[in-house]
Amino acid sequence: MAKTKTKVRAKLKNGVTQVKVLVKHPMETGSRKDKKTGEKIPAHYIKEVSCALNDTVMMQADWTGGISKNPYFSFNFTGGASGDKVTITWTDNKAETDTVEVEIK
Amino acid sequence: MAIPRRTFLQTTLAGAVGASLLPHVVLAEDAAATTDADKLKAAISEIYGDTAAEVSDKITIKAPEIAENGASVPVDVTADLENIEEITLIAPSNPAPYIAKFSFPNGSAGLLSTRVKMGKTGSITAIVKANGKLLYASKDVKVTIGGCGG
Repeated sequence: MAKTKTKVRAKLKNGVTQVKVLVKHPMETGSRKDKKTGEKIPAHYIKEVSCALNDTVMMQADWTGGISKNPYFSFNFTGGASGDKVTITWTDNKAETDTVEVEIK
Repeated sequence: MAIPRRTFLQTTLAGAVGASLLPHVVLAEDAAATTDADKLKAAISEIYGDTAAEVSDKITIKAPEIAENGASVPVDVTADLENIEEITLIAPSNPAPYIAKFSFPNGSAGLLSTRVKMGKTGSITAIVKANGKLLYASKDVKVTIGGCGG
């Protein structure tokens, strides 16, 4: 099990909620080679990310290995109030998963 | 015989070499341009089928002109559109052009930023699906060190 960590921030400003997510993840594409052994490093990347506001899905993403290592992403949506719950869930190709819940500030 | 042999050879050979090199360079650039556009088309049709995508000035991509590290290129997509359903990122020059698709089932305020990998210098394209239409914009990024391995 690789060590992974997910940080989430959700901020409300002028009626728009901005969600910022930072995940600690290797994001191996599977096409990179180990320089010492010449063998391919097996793929290990996040495939699905979703974000829910309370119980409504606000964002759903399909990823490939094209997203950088230790992925950061942010997006925004209208609606949401201070104190609402924002839940971020991701699943990678090795079926590892993480869920983080924060309140909108 | 006013021209010495040495000078004559130098000038004619240089001219010949220059002339023979030039078409190749032009051809290579043409080939790269078409393949990039073709790859983008192929990637779009792979994801969205036969739906035609149009260039739009309502979409702004903020990315560095020169990215020192291709393994992490920050990209900001701003779309001044209503009813945004999906934002897809594509880098046609990457070994795997399709980077990610973000869907917003309940609306988006039109901002997405993330960091992507780029194998080499090329363009990055954001396709925005809004009101059932596909719109896209591209931005060229020069990559000093590629970030896709190989």
